[in-house]
Amino acid sequence: MDQEIECASREDMRKLQSERLAKMVKNAYEHVPFYREKLDSMGIKPEDIQSIDDITKLPFTLKTDLRDHYPFGLFAVGKEDLARIHASSGTTGHPTVVGYTQHDLDVWAHCIARGLTSIGMTKADTVQIAYGYGLFTGGLGFHDGAGALGMTVIPASSGNTNRQIAMLQDYGTDLLCCTPSYAMYIGETMKEKGIDPKSLPLRATFCGAEPWTEEMRKEMEALLDVRAYDVYGLSEIAGPGVAMECYAQAGMHIAEDYFYPEVIDPDTGEPVEDGQYGELVFTCIGKEALPLIRYRTRDICKLERSKCACGRTTVRMMKPQGRTDDMLIIRGINVFPSQIESVLLSLGMEPNYQMIVDRKGNLDTLEVQIEMAEEMFSDTMKNLAAAEKRIAEALKSTLNIVAKVRLLEPKSLPRSEGKAKRVIDNRKL
Amino acid sequence: MTIRQLSVFLENKSGRLAEITETLAEADIHILALSIADAVDYGVLRLIVDQPDRAVQVLKNHHCAVSLTNVIAFGLPKEHGAFARVARVLADHGIGLEYCYAFNDYRASKEALGVMRVEDNDKAIQVLQENGVTLVSEEEILSE
Repeated sequence: MDQEIECASREDMRKLQSERLAKMVKNAYEHVPFYREKLDSMGIKPEDIQSIDDITKLPFTLKTDLRDHYPFGLFAVGKEDLARIHASSGTTGHPTVVGYTQHDLDVWAHCIARGLTSIGMTKADTVQIAYGYGLFTGGLGFHDGAGALGMTVIPASSGNTNRQIAMLQDYGTDLLCCTPSYAMYIGETMKEKGIDPKSLPLRATFCGAEPWTEEMRKEMEALLDVRAYDVYGLSEIAGPGVAMECYAQAGMHIAEDYFYPEVIDPDTGEPVEDGQYGELVFTCIGKEALPLIRYRTRDICKLERSKCACGRTTVRMMKPQGRTDDMLIIRGINVFPSQIESVLLSLGMEPNYQMIVDRKGNLDTLEVQIEMAEEMFSDTMKNLAAAEKRIAEALKSTLNIVAKVRLLEPKSLPRSEGKAKRVIDNRKL
Repeated sequence: MTIRQLSVFLENKSGRLAEITETLAEADIHILALSIADAVDYGVLRLIVDQPDRAVQVLKNHHCAVSLTNVIAFGLPKEHGAFARVARVLADHGIGLEYCYAFNDYRASKEALGVMRVEDNDKAIQVLQENGVTLVSEEEILSE
């Protein structure tokens, strides 16, 4: 779609990034008091930032900085230039509010349109958007992106699974966009109703907004008879579409002409070498309203700069391996919910689970609650105990800590039509 | 000659047993015998019902994990040592008993109904019959 950018040489890309970085730092310095004070206190002038390599001289921005300047304190434009507000649910204090100028919305839509093109979507295709519409960026982000490409958009929003299935059957949906857990739920519901996914024209899903694994991708592809693609984004940077997978399914191409990525050591803040895992950091080099500098995403991932099989040269981010803040430390061991999911899928089970972390005396306890699957159920206690033990052993070998397994009745865990609640931490830390 | 037993996974939370049996009652399914096996966090409810296939459907619609297992039903005369005799036959023939339960109000109290789950149904049926234990077929139970 954008061959000049998407297949640019490293040199050309760096030149573009350098120009945009200099411009955005100047914008941030002139219009956001928070950044002016910060740069002044570090003795940095906007003119010092000429090349993209100078980025390491700049300070980081944290989610708490957005909260501390709630609602509009980090915006670089006034209301006359703002075109849209989105906000994240504020589970801890204020919500995180983000703003867009019309230019920003166009950039965002353009990035998504590029990603849609990279999996073979055209204006002749129909997309069913089952992300929530509203303040959450998932629904409207894909809506505008698909619109920019000229696709037929079904603004389904999330929920009402029976209606989602009817639309998949009746409206000729080619692409379904929703959270991975909801895509799986739609697939499970279709299976229960005896609807053959091969009878649907659906050929792809674009899933994001919550962590999912390669195993889950395989499950989803079989369950819905589709190619399942990964999309990454966060509202602070834009929303979904910061990075999107192409048909090669070999990591997500970052729209690095607008969102400049770095990977750092979360403890020291120093950049790590390419190919090493660390915390992903983005700088919004092409945005006007919220010109965030080195925003720390808390996502742990690594970058891949080799040329992709699809021909694009843009840097790819591998699937995040967890979050620095989702990461649980249980008995001193780092545990990510995605590890539990991998274990369950590797045992041929649905990834429907909940982790209950508690502290008894001075010892952390982890209980993994898992829904009983039909294939696993037996009339004898001996077989049930063996199944429980098999899961507990697989968990132990992956997590390196002992987890108590608790079997639940089918469908007894809360099913999310948005984000699944996987972790309940009862420790008072 | 086996009969089909319904096994239902039961999470250990209050009211669950009542809900499941009420669901069966509402569907006009009669329970002829039952037992509950319990572990710490869950149990297995085992049922002999008059309409096993329908019961499976009803419970599946109710999001229960449920399965059908072939078990052996046998008559137990109401006399001293009746069950001991059956247990002896199994033991002498090296037949492992997974579980067993009995229901005392069967056939107007002439006999109790016993239900057993063993590793090898065919062998158990053969030796039980050879040793004079009355086995009960599914038709007989359903005609009660």
